Amino acid sequence: MRILVVIRQVLDAEETVRLRGGEVDLGASKLVVDTMDEYGVEQALRIREGGMEAEVIALAVGPERSHEALRTVLAMGADRAIHVQTELLLDPIALSKVAAAIAKQENVDLIFCGGQQADWDSHALGAAMAERLQWPQVTWVNALQVEGRKLSGRHDAEDGSEMFTVELPVVLTTQQGLNEPRYPTVPNIMRAKRKELRVQPLETFQVEPKLNVVGEEIQVKTRLHKILDGKDAPAAAAKLIGLLREEARVIA
Amino acid sequence: MILIVVEHANGKLSKSTYEMTTCARELSREGPVTALVLGSGTVAVANAVELLVDQVLVVDSPELAQYDPETWSAAVAQIATEGEANTVLISGSRSGREYSPRVAVKLDAPLLEDVVSVTSQGNGVSAQRYTYLARVTETITADAPVIVITPKQAAFAAATPGTQPAEQFDADLSLPQRRVEITGKSQEKTSRISLADAEIVVAGGRGVGSAEGFQTLVEGLADQLGAAVAATRAIVDAGWRPYSEQVGQTGKTVQPKAYIAIGISGAVQHLSGMGKSKCIVAVNKDADAPIFKVADYGIVGDVNQVVPAMIAAIRK
Repeated sequence: MRILVVIRQVLDAEETVRLRGGEVDLGASKLVVDTMDEYGVEQALRIREGGMEAEVIALAVGPERSHEALRTVLAMGADRAIHVQTELLLDPIALSKVAAAIAKQENVDLIFCGGQQADWDSHALGAAMAERLQWPQVTWVNALQVEGRKLSGRHDAEDGSEMFTVELPVVLTTQQGLNEPRYPTVPNIMRAKRKELRVQPLETFQVEPKLNVVGEEIQVKTRLHKILDGKDAPAAAAKLIGLLREEARVIA
Repeated sequence: MILIVVEHANGKLSKSTYEMTTCARELSREGPVTALVLGSGTVAVANAVELLVDQVLVVDSPELAQYDPETWSAAVAQIATEGEANTVLISGSRSGREYSPRVAVKLDAPLLEDVVSVTSQGNGVSAQRYTYLARVTETITADAPVIVITPKQAAFAAATPGTQPAEQFDADLSLPQRRVEITGKSQEKTSRISLADAEIVVAGGRGVGSAEGFQTLVEGLADQLGAAVAATRAIVDAGWRPYSEQVGQTGKTVQPKAYIAIGISGAVQHLSGMGKSKCIVAVNKDADAPIFKVADYGIVGDVNQVVPAMIAAIRK
């Protein structure tokens, strides 16, 4: 079986978002593999390590720097990587066209991507890839078993969770709880430098953004910051409840 | 036409259906506002929605008894194509955000996902949405013969039903075979008000100390206030609380009138799920905890002393 893991390189959650000229500027910030995508990388590796013959291919579509994220995934254990290089900002619907084309070209059976992207805050990529390939999809998967071409597991639905079964080929989007992603070890980081990382230009895919980003603004919400000292707990609590009742008027 | 895919549960319209109606009116693109009801045994839902829109299309079929992303996207895309819709509105619920991308691909349409505002701009649409774990507001534009939009839940006011019922039409569709089989469901039922509907949310983090601490402090305070309870990822992972209560990047997003954070430090991932709350209250022993940076009110102190004192103060 061939497994494609689609990853994004995003801002480390601990970093502050910076703007330059009305756009988010990632230039000086620490970037990482999206943690939501790491669950899929880990799961693909576990399928391979579970004794199934499987090749794990990582894909990133993005600017030149994305190769760092692909090297991390190779160091985690992926077999090879493909980097579709572009400075163009592709929305998830447009990007899914590129990813689906790669999936066809590489003849993959299973695709993983994160349930939500930490840059676009989008859920769309997995479903859009599935539609382009005419495959089924299961989103927010948090438990998975593979037996031959039959998959079963559990995923988050509207309220609570659902058990599912589905046959390959399929797109799965991943969720917290699926596994605990591994850290790359130093020998594996060294080994990853010799693994294949193929760069392909975007031009061959004939894709254009479906929408334009015309502005980005950091959210500033002014908060009151009325913080009390709680050494005298009853007095502080009484004052706080008074403020919530009479000033904020949020409790009765 | 502007097509609204009606979201409903247990024979009732969901809140997001009323919100999508407001979104459709604000957008005021050309053509009648049309509600599409998909389901099995949908008479009550169709009758409720006919007071909100200009016309109602009903596809009532046993095949639609259970939601499925491929079935739903196929149904919506067929109706949108046949009715020459210029706009398709789908709920910003988990399921809506799960099948709307398939509709967008089928219609070769842009997807404006989880938007908090929309306006018409010539033939196109301009919208705002949150990105970077809800830290940035992005403005996007799209210009295409048909556009798919999922309005963020609770971002639009609920529309008030009118008095003139719209005409109902039945529609037939050819639906695809289901490929994902749902073999079981586990619903975490709670006697409390749901997180999505609550005006007050009391949330607990690692600082509550234990599962018992959560019960005494967080549930104790929530009981006094008639509030919903929420948890951080750390304590869900620790098994103290069910996932259904988790607020944050990988859990639910809430924006209640008041969010009371007990023993929560305020990691970015958690803030992305509650940072839009109207009033944020924090109790934490660490004065430098990031939660205080977004708090309107707070107490720096020991939750084991402060929270029981708050409960006592409310009782007075």
